Amino acid sequence: MSHLRPEVRSRALELIALYPERRSALIPICHLAQEQDGWLRPEAMEEIAELVGVTPAEVRGTATFYDMLHTEEVGTYLVSVCTNIACLLGGALELLEHAEETLGVRAGGTTEDGAITLEEAECLADCDRVPCVQVNHRYVGGQTPESFDRLVADLRAGRLTDTVPSHGTLVRVRRSVGLQADRQEVARQRAAMAGAQAARAAERERQKAAAGEGGAGSASGGGQG
Amino acid sequence: MAVTETPRIVTSRIGYEDSHTIDRYLATGGYEALRKALSMTPEAVAAEVDAASLLGRGGAGFPAGRKWSMLRKDPVTYLVVNGDESEPATFKDHLLVERDPHQLLEGVLIAAYALHVSLAFFYLRGEFALGLERLQQALNDAYAHGAAGHDVFGSGFSIDVVVHPGAGAYICGEETALLESLEGKRGFPRIKPPFFPAAIGLYGQPTVVNNVETMSNLPWIVLNGGAAFAALGQGRSAGTRLFALSGHVRNPGTYELEMVKTTFRDLIYAPVLGGGVRGGNELKAFIPGGVSAPWFGPDQVDLPLGQDEVAEAGSMLGSGSIVVMDSATCMVRAAWRITRFFARESCGQCTPCREGSGWLERVLYRIEHGGGREEDLDLLLDVSDNISPGLQWPPLQTTICVLGPSIPSSIHSAISMFRDEFLLHVKEGACPHA
Ligand SMILES: Cc1cc2nc3c(=O)[nH]c(=O)nc-3n(C[C@H](O)[C@H](O)[C@H](O)COP(=O)(O)O)c2cc1C
Ligand code: SF4
Ligand code: FES
Repeated sequence: MSHLRPEVRSRALELIALYPERRSALIPICHLAQEQDGWLRPEAMEEIAELVGVTPAEVRGTATFYDMLHTEEVGTYLVSVCTNIACLLGGALELLEHAEETLGVRAGGTTEDGAITLEEAECLADCDRVPCVQVNHRYVGGQTPESFDRLVADLRAGRLTDTVPSHGTLVRVRRSVGLQADRQEVARQRAAMAGAQAARAAERERQKAAAGEGGAGSASGGGQG
Repeated sequence: MAVTETPRIVTSRIGYEDSHTIDRYLATGGYEALRKALSMTPEAVAAEVDAASLLGRGGAGFPAGRKWSMLRKDPVTYLVVNGDESEPATFKDHLLVERDPHQLLEGVLIAAYALHVSLAFFYLRGEFALGLERLQQALNDAYAHGAAGHDVFGSGFSIDVVVHPGAGAYICGEETALLESLEGKRGFPRIKPPFFPAAIGLYGQPTVVNNVETMSNLPWIVLNGGAAFAALGQGRSAGTRLFALSGHVRNPGTYELEMVKTTFRDLIYAPVLGGGVRGGNELKAFIPGGVSAPWFGPDQVDLPLGQDEVAEAGSMLGSGSIVVMDSATCMVRAAWRITRFFARESCGQCTPCREGSGWLERVLYRIEHGGGREEDLDLLLDVSDNISPGLQWPPLQTTICVLGPSIPSSIHSAISMFRDEFLLHVKEGACPHA
């Protein structure tokens, strides 16, 4: 029995077809599962495992690495308040405190009615409108305590459903075409790679082992990246 | 000061309400550069990019042309665009993806042609929901227009592009972690060597990874020539760059400026740019290139916005994000918040980074909240030194990736520049700014 609804499952298969290796579709399909259920249910993770050819434990292990993938239930609206440096300078910690009071939950918690999960976020790349707030990963602009309360009221009253779909829905624009670049070429590439793959994996393991012996003590300088 | 005369290379369309649509793009010369590129040989296109002296805009500033020339010859190669943009206070790629997705896409198509790539990926941070939708729409429209897919514009060149959403993890901006993530795994940076994905990248195949802004410059470079791009700016810092200005300025925002020709003072104070420090306050310090960069004080405000100029002064232009802190800012708090970010986002593979970041965060927290001791300052520097020996710039690296050695930057800067302020916290047993 499939947990993912037929149309979700067929979208998942479309995603898998886009990548040279199935596993690459793991995270995009996790997003799809969250679109269906609001969070990642164990049954969904089992099905994703089967779809991309890994164990359910690997799906869980991967998903828990990522902040946006929720292996526990979240509210209909995930309200993320950034408190990183630019927002901090713009009063983000004070806004977060206000949000905790207004909603009656600490950051990380969900209101009793299940409507809102409050989250303290790292930089959301919208640092000129501070403190930055996202709802279900849609930017709603820099917020004051007053505007935040209006935002919450609007969410609860369902006034923002057009711009802010319920939690889990990430990309509403569906890809219109499959892969087109010479199909035979793509098939050939996949075949060529399957062979090279095993050799490369072994090589990587060897390098890892070698690096482990010497200690990861390379003294290369350089800035970021 | 010539800040208003800056040519607009990547922001020429963002004034339009519909700048993200294919109609606007085509009405403003869109996909002409791709047509021109397709009329040239791939090698000639790569040569233009090399001549442009286009430095990567993702943070490390590696010349794009050189990176491309390092791509190992192989029947299967990939191009991956880094749109993870998670370095705190960096928000320029956000603008480019949301407001001009076709320009970005055209850049990628040009690069794919030049590199003989037939499958390219956009890795966009998952929090860019609108950006992901707009980019997917742009891609759908480009396929329909014949600019992507099979036999692009009848040239015989075929290319597929896939938009891939991330799922929230700063470390996935590091290019090898990004590739792991794109392979459906946890975002653990890969052990080096190999140092460059150009040798072994996605699925073990040679891969070019470039930043969103780097790619967005390509249509202009192809249309106007590499020499025209190199004529802007100065020295290695050619062309224009997007600077993301935030913090205590009147007009925070993203500004496209010619490299080197503009100074931090211009950016922060010019009425058409930052407009000065908020409330007319004094400038206390600023971060010149993302939170991994050492801080500058008011005495360094006349430095030009150039890669080498900033490096020589002991910091980096990094991701092009400038954070302004005014006289009312608590520097302990600022350093603590930045450190907490690193502590949260450390992937945990390397002990100095994983343990060190947590330690530093706790010590800074207790100083900020009145529980600090005078010895804590030495402790902070000591732990920092364990992460990056000698606390020099550029930092020494003992870890798998550069996140680790980036941690001490803000702490070392804050203590060197504002030691008295730390001591006042300790003496008063509270934050004097609270
Ligand atoms: C911790 C860390 C985070 C990074 N984050 C990003 C990022 O969000 N976006 C980006 O383009 N580059 C980021 N980089 C740099 C990339 O590793 C890589 O150098 C860059 O994507 C190459 O593109 P470019 O040459 O066009 O700049 C990061 C590096 C490190 C060490
Ligand atoms: S330096 Fe930090 S983030 Fe980078 S690989 Fe090591 S533990 Fe992970
Ligand atoms: S620091 Fe808050 S959005 Fe960037």
